[in-house]
Amino acid sequence: MSAALRVEALSKRYGELYALRDVSFEASHGEVLAVLGPNGAGKTTLLSILAGIQSPSDGSVSTEPREVGWAPQQPAVYGKLTVRENLELFARLERIENPGEAVARMLEQAALTARADDRVEVLSGGNRQRVNVAVALIGRPAVLALDEPSASLDPAQRERLWRFVDAMAAEGTTVVFSTHNASEAHSHAGRVLVLDAGSVLFDGEPEALLERAAAPGEQRDLDLERALVRFLEREGAGGA
Amino acid sequence: MSSLLRKDLKILARSRLLVCLLVLYPVAIALLLGFAISRAPAKPRVAIVDETAPGETVQVGTQRVEVGRYARQLFNQVDAVSVSSRAQALAKVKTADVLAAVVIPSNIAARVGSGTAQGELEVIYNGDALEQSLVQSQLRSALAQANLGFSEQIQKAAAQAIEALLRGGSLGVRGTPQNLIGLRQIPGMLHSLIARTPAGAERDALRRIETFAEFAAQNLTLSKRVLATVGQPIRIRSVLLHGRRTPLDKFAVAAAVSVSLMFIAVLLAAGSLALEREERALARLARGLVSRELLLLEKVLLAAAAAFVVALAMLAGVGAFVSIDWGRAGQWVLALAAGGLAFAALGVAIGALARETRAASLLAFLLSLPLALLALVPAVSVGHALYDAISVISFVFPFKPALQALDTAVNGASPSLAGSLAHLLGLTLLFGALARAGLRRLD
Repeated sequence: MSAALRVEALSKRYGELYALRDVSFEASHGEVLAVLGPNGAGKTTLLSILAGIQSPSDGSVSTEPREVGWAPQQPAVYGKLTVRENLELFARLERIENPGEAVARMLEQAALTARADDRVEVLSGGNRQRVNVAVALIGRPAVLALDEPSASLDPAQRERLWRFVDAMAAEGTTVVFSTHNASEAHSHAGRVLVLDAGSVLFDGEPEALLERAAAPGEQRDLDLERALVRFLEREGAGGA
Repeated sequence: MSSLLRKDLKILARSRLLVCLLVLYPVAIALLLGFAISRAPAKPRVAIVDETAPGETVQVGTQRVEVGRYARQLFNQVDAVSVSSRAQALAKVKTADVLAAVVIPSNIAARVGSGTAQGELEVIYNGDALEQSLVQSQLRSALAQANLGFSEQIQKAAAQAIEALLRGGSLGVRGTPQNLIGLRQIPGMLHSLIARTPAGAERDALRRIETFAEFAAQNLTLSKRVLATVGQPIRIRSVLLHGRRTPLDKFAVAAAVSVSLMFIAVLLAAGSLALEREERALARLARGLVSRELLLLEKVLLAAAAAFVVALAMLAGVGAFVSIDWGRAGQWVLALAAGGLAFAALGVAIGALARETRAASLLAFLLSLPLALLALVPAVSVGHALYDAISVISFVFPFKPALQALDTAVNGASPSLAGSLAHLLGLTLLFGALARAGLRRLD
């Protein structure tokens, strides 16, 4: 199967400081890839480059920014507009042939039809985040980049959001999301990419990370969060 | 761009408080400023006590000048409140019914008529230091005007007395001799007498008298002109070097409309661009959906159009109260459009720097108001170096050229609009470029 997203030797420098250093990976259609790592690891920088918000210092990304749907950590939608108006605006800016149909489809998929005519400013955080993701998906992008999509959501809101994202992945959309929540990555991602100080420390399935985090002769931890901490302590830039 | 325009109009329509403030506040400031500029300094309200006897006169040679004329001159220069006694005048000053009181003493006619002493007025003030300074300044000016008028009367009387001395005849004043000989007639009469007088001491004496009479007539003729010169040594003849003079009330209209145009365009452009950052939509838009140049153009056009509509309505509304030339409406449109674009470009430059609308609005307000006031500072009121600095600042911001363009468009203040329009266009491009540089950062 051909890769939906190919990132090769990607670096981002701010003067002498590397935010990303020689990052490479691929993701196939419908794959859900979680980007994990401590604060300052380069997760947001990586997603910003995928979305075309920033340009890399070196390396390349196979997709054009227009092919990537981007949902930043804080919802990037207009509070004074209704859910429907936000979706319509971005549908028109994406030059979608039939904006009305695309809006109706997204409202249904995001389970927001009942709130379509409410202004975004009156919605809960979870609903706003679903609008944020729906706007990112309105142009039917091949790749969806989500920057900490569930931060500040309660468990029920988080669950609804993931049902929506998982459904998109099931339809073939490649999802790359950053998170601090390793258990969320374990539950929803088929693959995890661990970044530390801008470099890729691990790229593989969550189970493989659990294996690798365990010391030789030690029993494998079942909790990806604890495993990740142990892994970073041992192999990360701040570790021993 | 139409999608973005529709979006911004919807957001504006749903921010009614913001729109009200955006329109009412600048219009209120503009009207206050216009009122302050157009209002000529009011005459000070002054109580006047005239203690002189009714019909009392100052004797100038054979002529008499009524003292009441001085009081009338003074009445013309101030908002006069006539009171009958010094005590009443003091009471009015104490209760702040009047700013000051002037007492014309009963002996003023005698002192002026003596020719050796000046008449003296008593002026009574009240109030704090600032008020005193203002009142003293206004009253000094009023008294100077009244003095000038009175001295003209005395000068005229003195000139009439001299003319009577030179011309002779009947003076028309009761108690004076009839058919007097005039000083100018004496040399001619003496000349024929001298011709008939044999040479000798008597003839020599007559010749000396003839010479004196000629000399006296010449010098008295000159003294009439000298009196006029002493009465008003320097007259003022006004010459306007540049442009045409705009009456103060019409200039105030141009200034008030320019202030409204500036506030609406700058605040709206700055706020609407900063809102894109505040809503975190800027990065989403600029990652391929809308070019940054198009985004800036949309904000500039929206703000300029809104400011244009309000300013044009304001100008038309003011036209109901102040006579303005509707035949120049085409030029108004050009001036308002160019001014609106330049102000909106300044607004997006401010909005590109700010992360949120409140910061952008505050920055826009803090920058705009002083710039407008600086542009209104007259050259004569500050030192050369400071005025040069103000001129440079005013040159690189749009208020002064917008005011000049509007003053020209509305009042024909200078022969051509083209210079001001070109200036505004240049500033639009400059601030547009600065805004574009500010949008390099998307977060």
